[in-house]
Amino acid sequence: MATQKHSPAIKGAKVLMVGAGGIGCELLKTLALSGFQDIHIIDMDTIEVSNLNRQFLFRQSHVGQSKAKVARDAVLKFRPHISITPYHANVKDPNFNVEFFKEFNVVLNGLDNLDARRHVNRLCLAADVPLIESGTTGFLGQVTVHVKGRTECYECQPKPAPKTYPVCTITSTPSKFVHCIVWAKELLFAKLFGDKSQANDLNVRSSDGASSSEQAEDVFEHRKDEDIEQYGRKIYDHVFGYNIEVALSNEETWKNRNRPKPIYSKDAMPNDISQQNGNVEKNGATNDLSSVSAMASLGLKNPQDVWSLMENSRVFLEALKLFFMKRGKEIGNMTFDKDDQLAVEFVTAAANIRATAFGIPLHSLFEAKGIAGNIVHAVATTNAIIAGLIVIETIKVLQNDTKNYRMTYCLEHPTKKMLLMPVEPFEPNKSCYVCSETPLSLEINTNRAKLRDIVEKIVKAKLGMNFPIIMHGLALLYEVGEDLDEVMKKNYAANLDKVLCEFPSPVTSGTMLSIEDLQQELSCNINIKHREEFDEEKEPDGMVLSGWTEATSVVKDDKKSNANAGSTSSASQLEAEKNNEIESGTGKKRKLSEVSEAVNPDISSVAGDTRSQGKLEVLDDDEDDIFMFDDWESATNKKKRLQ
Amino acid sequence: MDGEELTEQETALYDRQIRVWGADAQRRLSKAHILVCGINGTTAEFCKNIVLAGVGSLTLVDDRVATEEALSANFLIPSDENVYGGKTLTELCRDSLKDFNPMVRVSVEKGDLSNFGGEFYGNFDVVVISCCSLSTKKLINEKCRKLSKRVAFYTVDCRDSCGEIFVDLQLHKFSKQKLEETIECQHNYPSFEESISVPWNALPRRMSKLYFAMRVIERFEEAEQRKPGEVSIADLPGVLKLKNEFCEAQSLKESHIPDALLERLVTDPREFPPVCPIIGGILGQEVIKAISGKGEPLKNFFFFDVMDGKGITEDLSNANTGS
Repeated sequence: MATQKHSPAIKGAKVLMVGAGGIGCELLKTLALSGFQDIHIIDMDTIEVSNLNRQFLFRQSHVGQSKAKVARDAVLKFRPHISITPYHANVKDPNFNVEFFKEFNVVLNGLDNLDARRHVNRLCLAADVPLIESGTTGFLGQVTVHVKGRTECYECQPKPAPKTYPVCTITSTPSKFVHCIVWAKELLFAKLFGDKSQANDLNVRSSDGASSSEQAEDVFEHRKDEDIEQYGRKIYDHVFGYNIEVALSNEETWKNRNRPKPIYSKDAMPNDISQQNGNVEKNGATNDLSSVSAMASLGLKNPQDVWSLMENSRVFLEALKLFFMKRGKEIGNMTFDKDDQLAVEFVTAAANIRATAFGIPLHSLFEAKGIAGNIVHAVATTNAIIAGLIVIETIKVLQNDTKNYRMTYCLEHPTKKMLLMPVEPFEPNKSCYVCSETPLSLEINTNRAKLRDIVEKIVKAKLGMNFPIIMHGLALLYEVGEDLDEVMKKNYAANLDKVLCEFPSPVTSGTMLSIEDLQQELSCNINIKHREEFDEEKEPDGMVLSGWTEATSVVKDDKKSNANAGSTSSASQLEAEKNNEIESGTGKKRKLSEVSEAVNPDISSVAGDTRSQGKLEVLDDDEDDIFMFDDWESATNKKKRLQ
Repeated sequence: MDGEELTEQETALYDRQIRVWGADAQRRLSKAHILVCGINGTTAEFCKNIVLAGVGSLTLVDDRVATEEALSANFLIPSDENVYGGKTLTELCRDSLKDFNPMVRVSVEKGDLSNFGGEFYGNFDVVVISCCSLSTKKLINEKCRKLSKRVAFYTVDCRDSCGEIFVDLQLHKFSKQKLEETIECQHNYPSFEESISVPWNALPRRMSKLYFAMRVIERFEEAEQRKPGEVSIADLPGVLKLKNEFCEAQSLKESHIPDALLERLVTDPREFPPVCPIIGGILGQEVIKAISGKGEPLKNFFFFDVMDGKGITEDLSNANTGS
């Protein structure tokens, strides 16, 4: 099985890698060592310091440069005679179209988000090029093989959706630290430093919401001559004191809950202490805005420490002050960024003060940053192992060794004695809207909903299309594209605001819409069913798409997290929903009854992991035992082992 | 945990992995001293992993001079002969590894493994050996065990598309997460010699076939006074003969060690490149667990074979330690 036996298949292969991050660096190195000679690599990212602990092709001096390009140069040092073509670009760019994908023998994903994974899956299906998908989180990882018509596609199995929280949990009844983080980041930070025109649910809902919100507008406005210290205390007292008093006045809410305790700045932080608060001058020496830090000016050093209420209060006021004094120009158009030190400090402090009020355990800045930034846990070893497994599957795919395709899980603890567990791939899901032609069905109120609702909430958010065309019979209702003329653009814009039943040929029960994305070469049909009412909490979109399965996502912020047993950080207990790192998507851990908690499926979760909820079955033939999952739920009968 | 705090630079660089194993583990890693004897594709991967992880120091031993062949699975060696010509494998690897993480001290020690005294091995917390003979493995394992200080001992080998890791952590205490609690546990490990002397017919029926095959090849090389990996297809009849003798002596069915597997292992003893990151990755993870005392470590063999794609752990300690 040594390389030379595979030589012809490997040497002649043209391989496309998508992603030059954690998995990407390892993969590019391993492909080169294994004898691959024509590798193309796409990555839109640039190198950051926190990449360097595992993305070993990069050095400190490369920070800020294109990952794809630096990775190429690094690998050419030990394999100078191969061809590596880097693209510092987004894989969703229109020039990476089906024709482009058709040039390759195989596509290897090392991506970090669901969106891009789905996009590549569709292009691979359209171009009929095999795709090898992968993902890692901490010590867990997986590799899967997707070959059109032979194995399931990446979207044959439901993927967990990004976690969202009910609004009232965030605004009024937080019970977990993550709720406080979401409040601090999405509401308070956005209210103070973000776009003022955006709707914001900051105020705790009270019985007479109208009057309190009016008052609130005045509070958050910083008047020109207002002392910044005073302003900070006013905000503090309003959001941690007054708002909680208002919430408390609603007795109904607290019948079965612990009552929160309002906190006012004078109690958390006596006046004389705040006088010594912060030494802005310490920050004054540098012009580098990114280095402005409340921790630095307060002499707090260790990001692993959990601050007291007083320390949090000081950081809160100091950070607020620094934003106004040092970064005033940015106020009004900021969004939270995990790499913005001051923003992380502000959000940590605000979340901790709120947590104190609600009797929730406090967390360190390090942990808070992980939660707020949805930071994925990543180590070099798992990425290296996964890269090795990807290359092994790649060689099988190139040799068309179909009966030996495997999806492999990398586990943290042995299950059935295995740390690396191969499983046979599954057949395509016959009701998959992406790789089969099964129509979807949409329940919607056709007398009220507008075409815009379908475009935003279904076509873009759920079906993941970038350039959709919507047709009703032969009538074009909507289209996106650069080559449209003004008349058409106007026409489509007007259509967006039309109520469904008011189109010349009305969209109502029994209508079939066909939706197509030209770039992804994906088309699907949607059967419309009129329905009058929707449950606001359970069906917040006001419409229900079926035939398209979305798993409910479970964010674990309790301490049960299995997969990261080695971690002390409770940040690591929280699986990120949407994360910014290369190697993994988002995380949701599914419990496997026997495969231990370990088979993680981060969202990257390639096809196959959801079914891991089923039982593991050992086919006991001594020579070559194969492990397979008993399928989950009713799908069981539909799936068969590939022979 | 006691000890100094991590520096700001360390916290920034190691951010993502601290989120996996915690700040305590990171501090312990930064104080650990690792010895690697025998440079090949698999140990190169391992070295990369632990240098990135941020161990205190890494010492390399292997006096072999770089050749074109050594380049095949080793990304630490620049391909330019003008650069590698005349230098030893360890010198070349040291230069590359230093570059990966300036916070780790990487150095080279010259000399022959079996000549180093016990006190030399006492300078390290972890000893990893590869590309060496059966008797050297036993010898160094014993030297480590005789030290008053506990030294974690590993052997790692990769042939063709198969890999094997052996671990001896002696008496190892660790904490692991069980549901919501952290519980303290310990494992008692047998030595390499103790492990491989467990009678074959006393082993579980489903024991990895690779275990037996590796023992046969190891003994063949020793009997024929070959260097590790110095076998070829011409040796197959001799290897098969030895296998049959073994099976007879140990009352194991001959079919239990497939001839095809032995044939693969002697035909091309070189490493199949994609297997190196897999074995080197598992080994890296195990060494990190051993140093940090966090998480249940491997006990006491690991096998991987591309043919079935399984990465299997086998515990050969039950038979004679009772643990």
